[in-house]
Amino acid sequence: MTTAAATKAGRPEPSQRRRRSKLTLRNTLLGWSFILPNFLGFATLTLVPVVTLFYMSMTNWNVFGTATWVGFANFERLIGDGSFRISFWNTIYYAALHIPLTIVASLGLALLLNNKLRGVAFFRTAAFLPYITSIVAIAVVWNLLFSPDYGPINQILRAVGMANPPGWLTSSDWAMPAVVIVSTWRDMGYYMILFLAGLQTVPRELYEAARVDGAGAWQRFRNVTIPCLRPTMFFVTVMLTINSFKIFDLILVMTDGGPGQSTSVISQFIYRKGFEENQFGYASSAAVVLFFLCIGVTIFQFIWNKRRNV
Amino acid sequence: MTELLVPAEDRRALRKLAADPSPGPRKTDTRTPLQRVGRVALYTALLVAAAGLLLPFFWMVMSSLKTANEVFSVPVQWIPEVFVWQNYLDIWTESNMLVWMRNTLLLAVVVTFLQVLTGSFAAYGFARIRFPGRDILFLCYIGTIAVPWQSYMIPQFILLSDFRVANTLWAIILIQAFGAFGVFLMKQFYETIPEDLSEAARLDGLSEYGIWRRIMLPLSVPAIASLSLLTFTSTWNDYLGPLIYLRDPELWTIQLGLKSFVSNLYDTDYALLFAGLTISVIPIAIIFLLGQKYFVEGIATSGMKG
Repeated sequence: MTTAAATKAGRPEPSQRRRRSKLTLRNTLLGWSFILPNFLGFATLTLVPVVTLFYMSMTNWNVFGTATWVGFANFERLIGDGSFRISFWNTIYYAALHIPLTIVASLGLALLLNNKLRGVAFFRTAAFLPYITSIVAIAVVWNLLFSPDYGPINQILRAVGMANPPGWLTSSDWAMPAVVIVSTWRDMGYYMILFLAGLQTVPRELYEAARVDGAGAWQRFRNVTIPCLRPTMFFVTVMLTINSFKIFDLILVMTDGGPGQSTSVISQFIYRKGFEENQFGYASSAAVVLFFLCIGVTIFQFIWNKRRNV
Repeated sequence: MTELLVPAEDRRALRKLAADPSPGPRKTDTRTPLQRVGRVALYTALLVAAAGLLLPFFWMVMSSLKTANEVFSVPVQWIPEVFVWQNYLDIWTESNMLVWMRNTLLLAVVVTFLQVLTGSFAAYGFARIRFPGRDILFLCYIGTIAVPWQSYMIPQFILLSDFRVANTLWAIILIQAFGAFGVFLMKQFYETIPEDLSEAARLDGLSEYGIWRRIMLPLSVPAIASLSLLTFTSTWNDYLGPLIYLRDPELWTIQLGLKSFVSNLYDTDYALLFAGLTISVIPIAIIFLLGQKYFVEGIATSGMKG
């Protein structure tokens, strides 16, 4: 408040200015004293590693911690590395399936639950439960559900008349779709909650007005619900994109990248090169690619959103 | 930068959602036959969806009560003929469950405590004290949301190896406890508490630390509950962190332990494995059912985790 008064009076008196700078100093110290305990951990364990990453990606750093500068050689090697290329495209493939599928499933669920019904709380809980369950439990249970000959899924498919149900995780064509099914099953409850919140903010009068104008259910959905959900949709897409690009645990436990390399993704490439083959420098250059993929797409989505808002 | 968060109106709606178990527009009581059909269709769709969501859990729990041979019977047997409760006793003796549980619980409690303590403390600095550079600093915190952990896990690992904490439980505590998430969630909540309250306390001679301790902390119990639940769950369920840092089987968490149990399971009992999996899910399921309201609120305030 003192600061505001001082600026309003034009050039502050010397004594006032001194008092103001003393206040700024006091506040700075006070503010930092609150932030410091957390900041020490955050800076050491997040900021420093993020900055180091870029240096490491330009070195030939092995397990003994001896780094030799190699410039962009790691990146050139990445471009020529067939298994990195496969991981890269698999990540994109996973994202391209997972993002739209999760949006449709969670929005659909939210639309169903946005009605006044008995037992809404039960359904919401049911939808959210997979999200808080551990990846290992999910992966193991689904792996066995998917097993080609004795798994319940294929038994059901055969029972409804499909003669040759897919081999799921044993087939290089079906392994990735199977992983996507599981991750969509897991994530939809979380995004459903976000959509449900978005739906609650749509003004009811708009629906009434559309109904008076003779708009059917589909038209009301297209012309009222979807435009009103824009901010939510944007947020969900950004989060889903980041989360899809960094997919790892589920794949590691379910398929370990196989069969062949059909489900190997960038995160797993980083893990394998870094922690299994001890090529820290080379793994870091793949991590830089992942970093820019996530940051780049996020920034792009922000700009796109801004442009459409204007 | 607030655009990264859940839009403000959504946040309000989410809070309402957390409080009110039956949301949705009200329908008039006069229903045409067509609307009745719609209702039936709606319930059918919901039941199908719920079945799809819950069936894997049902199968897991039921399989944990079967004999080893029954698990993969053709045709699939949903309900065991005889309930084999023995599986739940055997899993403790046939595996190291007790050690895994102890480690996981210890990590989850310590991480949650540190996350809440340092997070809420820092959040006060960000929310209530003005000083140059504050907003830039906060932007640094928020910016890390878009940076996946997998991209900097290697430099972080080397750093922690240099500190000689790799292969100790400290490593997990350090990498989980100081995330931006706690700061961020608590700051969002503090900004909803009226400034007048702290102003009055200041006039009464309370220091800023006193205001945090005596006023903000007690008022932010719901936010602390959400943060605790979300942090506890994600630490309990974390797989990659422990996989990288905890090499010694004595340090394994429940996730690593169960994964190793699966890998060694060529001739042993699948029913036993399902008992282990069910046990690993039960604490989280209970915590979730008790604190459902706070989970939704946590998403409301922050919209992110995981």
